[in-house]
Formats: sequence, C-alpha cells, structure tokens
Amino acid sequence: MLDVAVNHHQGDFHLQAAFAAGAGLTALFGRSGSGKTTLVNVIAGLVKPEQGRVTVDGLTLIDSDKRLFVPPHRRRVGYVFQEGRLFPHLTVRQNLRYGRWFTPAPERRAKFDDVVALLGIGALLDRHPQSLSGGEKQRVAIGRALLASPRILLMDEPLAALDDARKAEILPYIERLRDEAGIPIVYVSHAVAEVVRLATTVVMMEGGRVAAAGPAGEVMARLGGLPLARGEAGAILDAQLREVDDGYGLSVIATQAGDLRVPRLDLPVGARLRVQILARDVMIARRPPDGVSALNMLPGRIAEIGEATGASVDLRLDCQGVPVLAQITRRSLDVLGLKIGESVTAVIKSVTFAGR
Amino acid sequence: MNWLTPEEWQVVGLSLRVALWATLGSLPVGLFVAWILARKRFWGHALLNALTHLPLIMPPVVTGYILLILFGRRGVIGEWLADIGIVFAFRWTGAALACAVMGFPLMVRAMRLSIEAVDRRLEAAAGTLGASPIMVFLTVTLPLILPGVVAGAILGFAKAMGEFGATITFVSNIPGETRTLPTAIYTYLNVPGGDAGAIRLTLISVALSLAALLVSEWLARRAARHVGGV
Repeated sequence: MLDVAVNHHQGDFHLQAAFAAGAGLTALFGRSGSGKTTLVNVIAGLVKPEQGRVTVDGLTLIDSDKRLFVPPHRRRVGYVFQEGRLFPHLTVRQNLRYGRWFTPAPERRAKFDDVVALLGIGALLDRHPQSLSGGEKQRVAIGRALLASPRILLMDEPLAALDDARKAEILPYIERLRDEAGIPIVYVSHAVAEVVRLATTVVMMEGGRVAAAGPAGEVMARLGGLPLARGEAGAILDAQLREVDDGYGLSVIATQAGDLRVPRLDLPVGARLRVQILARDVMIARRPPDGVSALNMLPGRIAEIGEATGASVDLRLDCQGVPVLAQITRRSLDVLGLKIGESVTAVIKSVTFAGR
Repeated sequence: MNWLTPEEWQVVGLSLRVALWATLGSLPVGLFVAWILARKRFWGHALLNALTHLPLIMPPVVTGYILLILFGRRGVIGEWLADIGIVFAFRWTGAALACAVMGFPLMVRAMRLSIEAVDRRLEAAAGTLGASPIMVFLTVTLPLILPGVVAGAILGFAKAMGEFGATITFVSNIPGETRTLPTAIYTYLNVPGGDAGAIRLTLISVALSLAALLVSEWLARRAARHVGGV
C-alpha cells in the first residue's frame, strides 16, 4: 500500500497531488508535463519535495513536517526507467543480480530463476546490454528491479521508447507481473491503450494535479475532462470467456453488464480478459430493436449526459452497475428525447480485445 | 646485456622507481581532486582548479624551488616531516614528489574528463537498487571511468620519466640517488666524450616512452571493451 501527498515547485510548474495505490497496477495517466514523472521521482527519492508525505506499507519515506527524507538506496523502491539504464560494464546476469547484493538477506523474496522465467530472458544472461534489442533491454531492466525485492515497483513509461512490435512483445510480461508478482506497481503512461490494457486503478493527472482517480473502468468511462483524443474514450469491461461457438467462429464472453459475442478468441474457456467498447461504436435505442445485424445489445439506464461538442454528445449508461459510454449526435438526443434515468438499449457495433 | 654500464642501469632502474612511486602516490589524490572538480560546485572551485593546473603553467624551475622552500630540510613542511622520519630533500623520494607534482595536472585532466562523461542516470538507477553513494562509486562510476583513470596514470608516468627542471632544482643530480634519465643525459652532454652514453640513454628513453604508449593504448582498449561490453 502506497500513500503519496506532494506539494512541490519546479520552475513555473506546481505539483500538488495526492493519491493512494494498492494491489495491482496503478496507472498515473496524463499528458507529458502533467507531473507524472516528478511524482514517481518523489516516491523513489530522486526528487526531494518542498512539502509532502510518502508512506509504503506503513513505513514513512518522506515526511517534510518531521524533516524526514529516506535516501533512495534505503527505500527498497524498484524503478524501471524509460531508457532502461542497464549498466554497460556488466553482463545481463550481473545486471540482474546487482540489486540483490544490497538487499538484506531475509528480505530477498524474489527468486532469480522465477524472475528470469517470468520475463523470458534466460537466453540473454551472458550477453551485454549493448547487444540487446530495446524490448529485451526493458525486460532485463524490469527483472533487475524485481530482483532487489522491492516493496513497490515504479515504471516510468517503460514502453515509450519502443516501436509497436516491441511494445506488443513486452505487454504480456507486464500483465503477468501485475497478476503474479504480488507487488503494487505504479505505472506512468500517456498512452490510452496501455492504461486500458494494464490498469487496475487509474490516477489521471492534469497540470500537476490529480484530475480523477479510481478503478480503471470508472475513470476511463467518466465524461468530460478526460485528456483523451476524440474516439479514444470508451468503457473497459472485465470479462471471462464462457463458451466458444465454433460454427460461427465466435466466442461468448460474460461481463457484469451481460454476455457479449466477439470474434473467436484464442483463449481457453474460463480465461479472464479485458475488453474495451469505444463510445463511437455504441448506438442507443429506446426499445430493444428488432432485425438488427449487431450481435451485442446491453440494457441500461442513462446515468449522465455530457457537454455537447460540435454535432455529437457523449452519454454514460449504467448497465448493471458497469459504465458504458456512447457517442451519439445532438440531433438524435433531441429526436429521441433522451433524459437521465431513462432505460435504453446500447447497440454495440464492435468490441475490442484489450488484454488478459 | 652489457651495452649499458652499471651506472647507466642504475639510472634506468631509479627512473622507473621514481616514476612508479610518483604515479601510484598521486593516483588516489588525483582521482579525488578530479571527482571534486567534476561533480561539486563550491566556493573556491575556480581556485582549486587553478592550483591544480599551476605546475603545468609555471616554469618547472619555479615549481622545484617552491618544493625546496616547502619540503627542504629546513622547509615549512620538510622540517616537520623530518621529525617523523620522512625526508624528501636530495633523496629519490624527493624526485618522486617533484615528478608527482609535475604530472598531477595531466593526470587530473584525463580523469576529470572521463568522470564528466559518465551518465549520471546510471548512478541514480544504482541508488534505487539499494547501492549507497560509496558503493555506487565503486561498482558503477569507477568501472565506467577506468579508461580515463588508466590514461591519466600513463600520462603521469610518462611525465615522471621525463621530468627535468623541477627535479634538478629540488633534489639536485646525485648519482644513485636522484640522477634519473633526463638528468643523466644532461650530465653526459656536459662531459667531454659523453655523447655515446647520452645516445644510449636517449635510445632507452625512446624505447620506454614507446612501451608506455603501447601499454596505455592496450589498457585503454581493454578497458573500453570492458565498459562497452562488445
């Protein structure tokens, strides 16, 4: 459990933010310059804030009122940097073992072989960092941080310097880390796709302040004020694969909002997954429609009507407690006479697989 | 090999001993000063920098004379050191001290440049992995600056092998005690018929300089490969 409250000036920039992070992956999400990296550097002890308090697992790392500032090397806070920062004079194996030397023996929870297997870096151990690809470097950097048995793992845009193919190569490892390593992760990103796929909790940063915070599904489905490009907004649903319809090449997944049929997924029955429904892929019908080609319809109530921008307006529906976003035209809103609290049906044109 | 006289062998041996001790003695001090100049900003930074470079700029005779004033038998520091049994004046140790002082700026310069070239983000990363500042220096900074340290040491050694002015001023030209290669050559040139000896020692001097250069190249390449990890 991590608790952070910071008040800090850096030139003209004023960071005033507080958040808590528990189990799973907490995404610090926002545009560049919104203060995410500074916040993470404060947690790691690389930036000393003018004012603030940071506690991890009940242990105070910074308390400006008591003039307490634990230096970075005594924090046991893991940090995966954007550029990897592997030691060029050491082999991959020596890099991985580096943090272990400095971890008190009883605290060495991370097992070398387990971490190597988790990250799939067994074949790289005798190589030097210079000969690794960008994706391999980041996996080694993650392993190096994990093997210091940190109380918490910070990741500062670990994929930002990689191309899409390398990103796709690493994302499954980060998912496994989130689900298997049992260490809270704070993950800095400005990429919506990464946050949608990985985040358990989202802390939205804007201009040095926390604009929104909460479970990923809720924050990403909030209307207005999101630093999202149009078309990127959409609900995130956690699902479980229920059955496979081989005849039609479809998979049926169960979500809290109802069952959805999606193009066949290469996953076993019972597998957990995450899907995203983009607001622009959702139509609204007053009554369950007849004779529509769309496979998926979810009943719900209109919970919120957003500010109209141009011709369109965003709606937030409550489908059995799960927020689902819809983007419709202002004209449709008026013609249908939609109001908050009314029951409607969300007709879903497309469901995107977002991650495991 | 008999083509050198016993006296000449003595000169070569003494020169190597003086240069070796001058290099080893000034290495830790030079590394410390280089680190301070590269990393710390403090009042007096410019002064320390100037003091470090002074032996490079002053006439060697002046440096030698200042050493004589400070470390001579009745010098400010020399008198005090003599009480605890350390004597520099007119001893080979004094020659080593003069050579160390004269080589110091070259050594510091090479090491300072390599320290400034270290990516400090790697040091921050080591800190987050639990390494204290001293361990960060020993396990990250020092290995990364090794080529610069080697280069600095070789430069200091080469300078020590060739030092003339400060040495002869401070500790004179005493056979078997302070007569190093350059002073021996100088002596030969002042003696009628000494040309043959001067030529022999010159050849030795050239050979040693070449060897030092080759060894330094080899060490630097090895260190660079070590750091570069290719």
